[in-house]
Amino acid sequence: MSPEFIQFILSGITLGATYTLAALGFSMIFNASGVINFAQGEFIMIGGMCASVLVSAGIPLPLACIVGVMAAGLIGYLMERLAVGQCRDAEVATLILVTIGVSMIVRGLTEIFFGKANHGLPHFSSDKPIEIAGATILPQSLWVLAVSALIVVGLKLFFSRTQLGKGMLAASYDRLAAQLVGIDVRRVLTLSFILSALIGAFGGILVTPISTVAYDTGIMLGLKGFVAATLGGLGSGSGAVFGGLLLGLVEALTAGYVSSAYKDAVPFVMVFIVMVLRPQGLLGAKPTDRI
Amino acid sequence: MRKSTIAFGVALAALVVAGVNQAIAAEPIKVGAVLSLTGGAAPLGEPEAQTLQMMVDETNKAGGLLGRRVALIQFDDGSDPGKANGFVKRLIEDEKVDMLIGGTTTGATMAMYSLVERAEIPFISLGGARVIVDPVKKWLFKVSHDDRMASERALQDMAGRGYKSIALLADTTGYGQSSRKETLAVAGKYGVSIIADETFNVKDTDVTAQLAKIKNNPAVQALFVSSFGQGPIVVAKGMAQLGMTLPHYEGHGSASQEYLNLTGAASEGVRMPSPAVIVAQVLPDSDPQKALSAEYAKAFEARFKTPPSTFGAYARDAWLLWVNAVTRAGSTDKAKVRDALENTKDFPDTSGIVTMSPQDHLGIDSSGLKMVQIKNGGWTLAK
Repeated sequence: MSPEFIQFILSGITLGATYTLAALGFSMIFNASGVINFAQGEFIMIGGMCASVLVSAGIPLPLACIVGVMAAGLIGYLMERLAVGQCRDAEVATLILVTIGVSMIVRGLTEIFFGKANHGLPHFSSDKPIEIAGATILPQSLWVLAVSALIVVGLKLFFSRTQLGKGMLAASYDRLAAQLVGIDVRRVLTLSFILSALIGAFGGILVTPISTVAYDTGIMLGLKGFVAATLGGLGSGSGAVFGGLLLGLVEALTAGYVSSAYKDAVPFVMVFIVMVLRPQGLLGAKPTDRI
Repeated sequence: MRKSTIAFGVALAALVVAGVNQAIAAEPIKVGAVLSLTGGAAPLGEPEAQTLQMMVDETNKAGGLLGRRVALIQFDDGSDPGKANGFVKRLIEDEKVDMLIGGTTTGATMAMYSLVERAEIPFISLGGARVIVDPVKKWLFKVSHDDRMASERALQDMAGRGYKSIALLADTTGYGQSSRKETLAVAGKYGVSIIADETFNVKDTDVTAQLAKIKNNPAVQALFVSSFGQGPIVVAKGMAQLGMTLPHYEGHGSASQEYLNLTGAASEGVRMPSPAVIVAQVLPDSDPQKALSAEYAKAFEARFKTPPSTFGAYARDAWLLWVNAVTRAGSTDKAKVRDALENTKDFPDTSGIVTMSPQDHLGIDSSGLKMVQIKNGGWTLAK
């Protein structure tokens, strides 16, 4: 294998790891409510933004990260309480519109309070690239990958082993039935927004040392995360990882071997084909509607 | 009886005339501005709006213009050219402005121009693209260097250093693509050929795939990056990650303190054409752009506590060009001010020495951009 090829793969993994983290948040909320949360990108941005603003104010990195994640969690909570939850009887399409509205508000407020400049964060470990067979990857990308893996495993355990997690799944399958067996559906929904905000913020913080963050960072990351989640299968944790990495690799290999001009077009064409041939996504479970 | 009536009439008339005169004197000169304070172009529009406010205050503090106060009426187009068009209509019809500044973006400028032309109001755009003044439009003027000039400046430097085959890496935004197009168009003039032409998304977190491709092309002698904001930062870091030692050129979009801060050691040695405002402190004292750029930078930083940007400087230049034209015209008559603007001669501003003509509504060339190199994390004049 040529070093060039390995570099394309490593580049794809770096891109894909960030898409994965964004995709996980989408899956989380979709699982609990059937809603596609288009403010997911903003959760990512808020995490990175808060952490970098705090670090430049002299607060140590670990503390800044915790505060950043908490801030996003709070926004997730408020978003569900004040916006999405208020119209919980509305159709899913309406709720999705609500999330788009919230994303605009969050972006606008960030613009006002933190300004429009790009912000950075120091690398967590070293910023010296690691060499693999003539190609290089940043240690920070490994951080992103490792944390994504941890989150996936954590979510898997959460949904299969804990009562709360099972309750969340139940509420997404059938809200009424879940309510009848004593699951507090409202609490489940709130929790799903908090959790996905936490995951998103984590991702944002991890990516910021590589790519910097600005108030509008969330738009593109959110969009790519959504594509990744759809590719892999919405609602599936392993699907999010698969979709994210696949998307990153396809982009990098297209840029490397075809033309970088088509790099952004290929994933969108791909999602279109997948939607036609396999609407549940590559790893998604086939929906079974009983009549 | 009759005599006294006439006297009374004359007195009354005199009073009325005096009153009217006073009313005219008290009536402020109205300047309308449509800028992008929110949305994608907000990082450009914000310092422009701040600067305009600063300039209005300065002008009024100095006794106004032609003895009249100046009032600024400003709208935010949300980076949406369609909205810019609606706001300029309001400025023209409801506010009856004497002059217009704006269009943070080229799109907004062009969307507004047809209405402005019909209303016959002098209009200075802050947008970047060449199309604003090429072909020349009667009521439209421009203050900033266009992308072609930045490309020319960089290509000139490359040719001077003997780089004949270069790689181009442009982002997919309007800025990146327009800059790419201009570079491709003028490269031949300097004997430079573009042998690798790559693009990336400005929000990509990794561009090492494109960079690896460029790195492995042994014929490439230099890399020219056309991007803005996050893009050039990720590129610089990617080059450091790959250990690339290729001579690295940036466009004028990277000339900012932010680029220095966020790239750190990764941008060491990068060369770029920069507007004078960013690098005023390293210019020689003999440079006519130095003192006024430094003065603007100082005033802006003192008032808004953020480093000055090129875009704010464009607003400053637009304002002073107009003030200068009104002063020479001795009136705010729109046609006279327009003619005066067109006759601007040897007027130094942050972008160069402006000399306009009926064929040239920009009046500056690429020499107003300063070729700089990053050394030890700061700007130096490129040698």
